[in-house]
Amino acid sequence: MWQDLVNKFIYQVLKLTKGEKLTDALNFFIYDTVKIFFLLLTIIFIVTFLRTYFNTDKVRDFLSGKSEFLGNILAALFGIITPFCSCSAIPLFLGFLQARIPIGVTFSFLISAPMNNEIAIGMLYALFGWKITLIYIAFGLFVAIIGGFLIGKFVDPEKYILIKVEPLGKDNTGNNNGTTKEQIFATSPLFKERLSESWEYTYDLFKKIYLYIIVGVAVGGFIHGYVPIEFITTYAGKNNPFSVIFAVILGIPMYSNAAGIMPLVEVLTQKGMELGTALSFMMAVTALSLPEAMILKRVMHIKLIMIFFAIVGIGIIAIGYLFNFLI
Amino acid sequence: MKIQILGMGCASCKALYKNTEKAIKKSGLKGIEIEKVEELDEIMKYGVTSTPSFVINREVITSGKLLKVPQIIEIINQRVIK
Repeated sequence: MWQDLVNKFIYQVLKLTKGEKLTDALNFFIYDTVKIFFLLLTIIFIVTFLRTYFNTDKVRDFLSGKSEFLGNILAALFGIITPFCSCSAIPLFLGFLQARIPIGVTFSFLISAPMNNEIAIGMLYALFGWKITLIYIAFGLFVAIIGGFLIGKFVDPEKYILIKVEPLGKDNTGNNNGTTKEQIFATSPLFKERLSESWEYTYDLFKKIYLYIIVGVAVGGFIHGYVPIEFITTYAGKNNPFSVIFAVILGIPMYSNAAGIMPLVEVLTQKGMELGTALSFMMAVTALSLPEAMILKRVMHIKLIMIFFAIVGIGIIAIGYLFNFLI
Repeated sequence: MKIQILGMGCASCKALYKNTEKAIKKSGLKGIEIEKVEELDEIMKYGVTSTPSFVINREVITSGKLLKVPQIIEIINQRVIK
């Protein structure tokens, strides 16, 4: 449907000749941008709407007192739907520990929440379809569950947490000091308010990322039209056994630009980059972020951050190789 | 009335503080004190899991939300009427 509309616009409205490199590139650019914008807006809206029913306080209450492995699984699942930004990583981390949630369960959430964010899910769906999106989410959950579990097993929180965490009293665990359930309930928004709130959030988020997407698609279009396939297969394809590791290392500093990078990855896969490598790269972009590490340094020992990065990094690399091997 | 904004200096924390200042000005109400709370130990005492948090008289009203000016005025007015 989209392609027909774009074709009409390019060949009939703009009267460009079919088959020329520049025309093809323009066609690709417009088609991709329109499709991504539409699908991305839809997905972000749906996710943010569902999100108005969850918040991290509720997740904390639900997770406190759950057994360890079940806790890891639930924490990873909640990570998909709960809002998360690197600026709230610290209060979240400490808040969970205050509620006596084990450190491993807390980490399952900390790994899953940024990885399964609405931008990543929306972009993946727009570019690769629902199958790859589901695979990404499933593998992301797997890394979050196992990674959190391992951290919980081997890390002694006393040693690595730089701030003394005073557990909240039993009466307070579910609530903020002095706030009663009624008050929380009284401010619970109406359906219409939820809709308008999600729309505002979607709009704000979109304003922040749309330029990255346009640039990403434009660069992608350039690669699509001008860079030879051999070039990419040499560096990112079957011929390079280290491609997955390389992709993961490359992905770490790119967190803030996830939206702009994904269109590039799509083009690279069309040009011979293996899908496992692409998946690992995208997971590294979202799950391992340097800004988040810098922020977490205020509350946890650098060694714990390194263990966190190492476990998640190895998990992501393993998934990339497994995927390349299977497909 | 004392309003506190909890947050460790992230962008939306600063924005919420500014919105609150504007809201107080716009509402024309007198005697509203506003304070930034940036120390982790202090923030932790409120038991919030995300920031920025909007606190009136030590009671957490919202957390993890960047309230807009009219929303803040509404919240303040509700408290004043009570």
